[in-house]
Amino acid sequence: MKMSGAQMVCEALIAEGVETVFGYPGGAIMNVYDEIYKQNSFEHILTRHEQAAVHAADGYARATGKVGVAMVTSGPGFTNAVTGLATAYTDSIPLVVISGQVSSSLIGTDGFQEIDAVGISRPCTKHNYLVDDIAKLPKVLKEAFYIASSGRSGPVLVDIPKDITAEIADFKYPKDVFVETYKPNYKGNDRQIKKAAEAILKARKPLLYVGGGTVLSNASDLVRKFAKMTQIPTVETLMARGVMGDSNPLLIGMLGMHGSYASNMAMSETDLIISLGARFDDRVTGKLSEFARYADIIHVDIDPANIGKLVDVDYPIVGDVSIVVKKLMDLIKEDINTDRYQAWREILARYEELHPLTYNDSDEVLKPQWVIEQIGKLLGKDAIITSDVGQHQMWAAQFYPFDRPRQWINSGGLGTMGFGFPAALGAKRGAPEKTVINITGDGSILMNMQELVTASEYKIPVINVILNNHFLGMVRQWQTFFYDKRYSETDLSYQPNFVALAEACGGIGYDVTTKEEFDKALKDAIKQDKVCFMNVIVSRFENVLPMVPTGGALYNMLLEHKDQ
Amino acid sequence: MEDVRRVISVIVMNESSVLARVSGLFAGRGYNIESLTVAPIPNSDLSRVTIVTNGNKRVIEQITKQLHKLVPTLKVIEHEEMVEKEMVLVKFSSDQNIADIQVLCEAYNGGIVNAGEDIIIIMAADESKRIEYFLEAAQRYSPIEIVRGGIVAIER
Ligand SMILES: Cc1ncc(C[n+]2csc(CCOP(=O)(O)OP(=O)(O)O)c2C)c(N)n1
Ligand SMILES: [Mg+2]
Repeated sequence: MKMSGAQMVCEALIAEGVETVFGYPGGAIMNVYDEIYKQNSFEHILTRHEQAAVHAADGYARATGKVGVAMVTSGPGFTNAVTGLATAYTDSIPLVVISGQVSSSLIGTDGFQEIDAVGISRPCTKHNYLVDDIAKLPKVLKEAFYIASSGRSGPVLVDIPKDITAEIADFKYPKDVFVETYKPNYKGNDRQIKKAAEAILKARKPLLYVGGGTVLSNASDLVRKFAKMTQIPTVETLMARGVMGDSNPLLIGMLGMHGSYASNMAMSETDLIISLGARFDDRVTGKLSEFARYADIIHVDIDPANIGKLVDVDYPIVGDVSIVVKKLMDLIKEDINTDRYQAWREILARYEELHPLTYNDSDEVLKPQWVIEQIGKLLGKDAIITSDVGQHQMWAAQFYPFDRPRQWINSGGLGTMGFGFPAALGAKRGAPEKTVINITGDGSILMNMQELVTASEYKIPVINVILNNHFLGMVRQWQTFFYDKRYSETDLSYQPNFVALAEACGGIGYDVTTKEEFDKALKDAIKQDKVCFMNVIVSRFENVLPMVPTGGALYNMLLEHKDQ
Repeated sequence: MEDVRRVISVIVMNESSVLARVSGLFAGRGYNIESLTVAPIPNSDLSRVTIVTNGNKRVIEQITKQLHKLVPTLKVIEHEEMVEKEMVLVKFSSDQNIADIQVLCEAYNGGIVNAGEDIIIIMAADESKRIEYFLEAAQRYSPIEIVRGGIVAIER
């Protein structure tokens, strides 16, 4: 069939089963928007900033497991989208982002709104394309979805010059994709898997170290079964919260810079790390030379480059977590002796008792940890929790009772303030039956607050719980600990009227200073069909603990909660 | 871990911006490029990029893995048993002892490739290490300009 490049884009999105596109139009992408206007197969949500469009597509992808789609124009439209691309790239989230580009004849002339989009996005996309020939467009779009969602998933950018979206050509959307140079390995090497199985049977203090790859691989059920069958204790990374379910007796907790004492001690004393879809990030390992000194390492990862990147690995296994765990279970089910690890489980139980995750609650002032626990009590497994970046994010990871994967959505790798609200909009669109709560800070929320308008226009009633400490709290905490309390540019005493702000944009606002007010406001907000800003005034100088200072060994944690 | 020198061949699709992907990877991740050559592979839609780099074992392993991860990369060869050659062009004044220069070039698989009124141009092609010896020896004839070609390698 003959059609324009713009029509091809729409046809490809329809063929891929895309339900929602988040985007923002402009000159170079107008041909495509004209076709979007004419079709009824998918919805387009006009965010109020391109960064938010990409974060929303990202939140949609994280909540549903599908590929998120965003669309932007050339030049500033594209550059606004870069933070979104980088955020998705660092957390391996499958996205297809389509950007308009100036006409082919103008490329290289510093044309109006021309910027080298593939050049800028090369280091923050899994792959990108500048379409230079309409004959290639159908294949490029098909490949983009395939590459985004296969192997180690990630964002793919397709940059299309305006003349190509106008040009008419034959369209046949390919059924299959074959990229000769791109063949992810899912299966894992059977010899290595066998050796790893033997190591598990021989270990005394094995530890499951579960990362975000487990979520991306939809391997949570299997990993839970694996842990249950072997009775091996488990620690989760920030990206893996929810994989085990917090009521799981084998879950020790989250590890890393703000991980629990028992989790970090488990990592420091284990004799065999079984790493599933985790990548030994510096926020997890602390000082590398002191990291897991007594452990052999089994590293299961879909990306070979993650293996051996930071730590030496004894059993490297390139493959998909689901497939490899299944094979491991088959190999050990006959010989596993769960008593073998009993002493180890007891040691860890004692560590949990010694220093549980805790805080000093107060009757005078709301504690942010209490607020999060209370959301957990009221909503528990029914909510999807998104977050921004800072103390509130760490408290949410520590204190919310996560029950399942894809319930917890945060920018773990890049740490992008401003991610939470638009990601919540995307998550809510992807899972409309769920209550979606963005646990955010008074700094972060302002970075994409314009999305109040989007949320109101499209009736996407997400709840922003602003844990308002009148500080860029996480930076303030570092200043307290490491900069002699010189609070350089972190004091946010000058505040907007959050309630009025929400109302001005068609939303609803609550000011909250007590436990009773919080309960009442949250219960009310859940019933509303409006987006909400809940301005929760919390204690100003609360610190996130435990804390492993940067560069320190994982077992050297600051533990004390001294109220200031 | 001590640094080692490695010659790596990357076979990639011959498409636009593929060289930027390869070189960008080195720049972005802080890897060293000592030399880089690129040319299409005859009768195919592929190109061969030959890179000389150095780094410790972990860095070299990361380089090969990261190169392999690039979507247009077909194959990454970390050379061990290879024949490696580099070409160099050197300009001398024709006042120099041309016969001596000619003999020197021949010892390094080369010869005079252009002789003008005022200058002669020679070529030599050999292993990089030997090209360095050659250039040292050539100093005595006061070279006017030296152009090194970067390394190409083929597995034995
Ligand atoms: C876009 C961006 N800019 C700067 C930072 C650095 N940063 C990390 S946490 C933080 C403070 C966040 O403040 P707030 O949102 O109020 O959260 P709190 O820590 O107070 O809970 C800052 C500035 C960042 N992560 N992202
Ligand atoms: Mg704050």
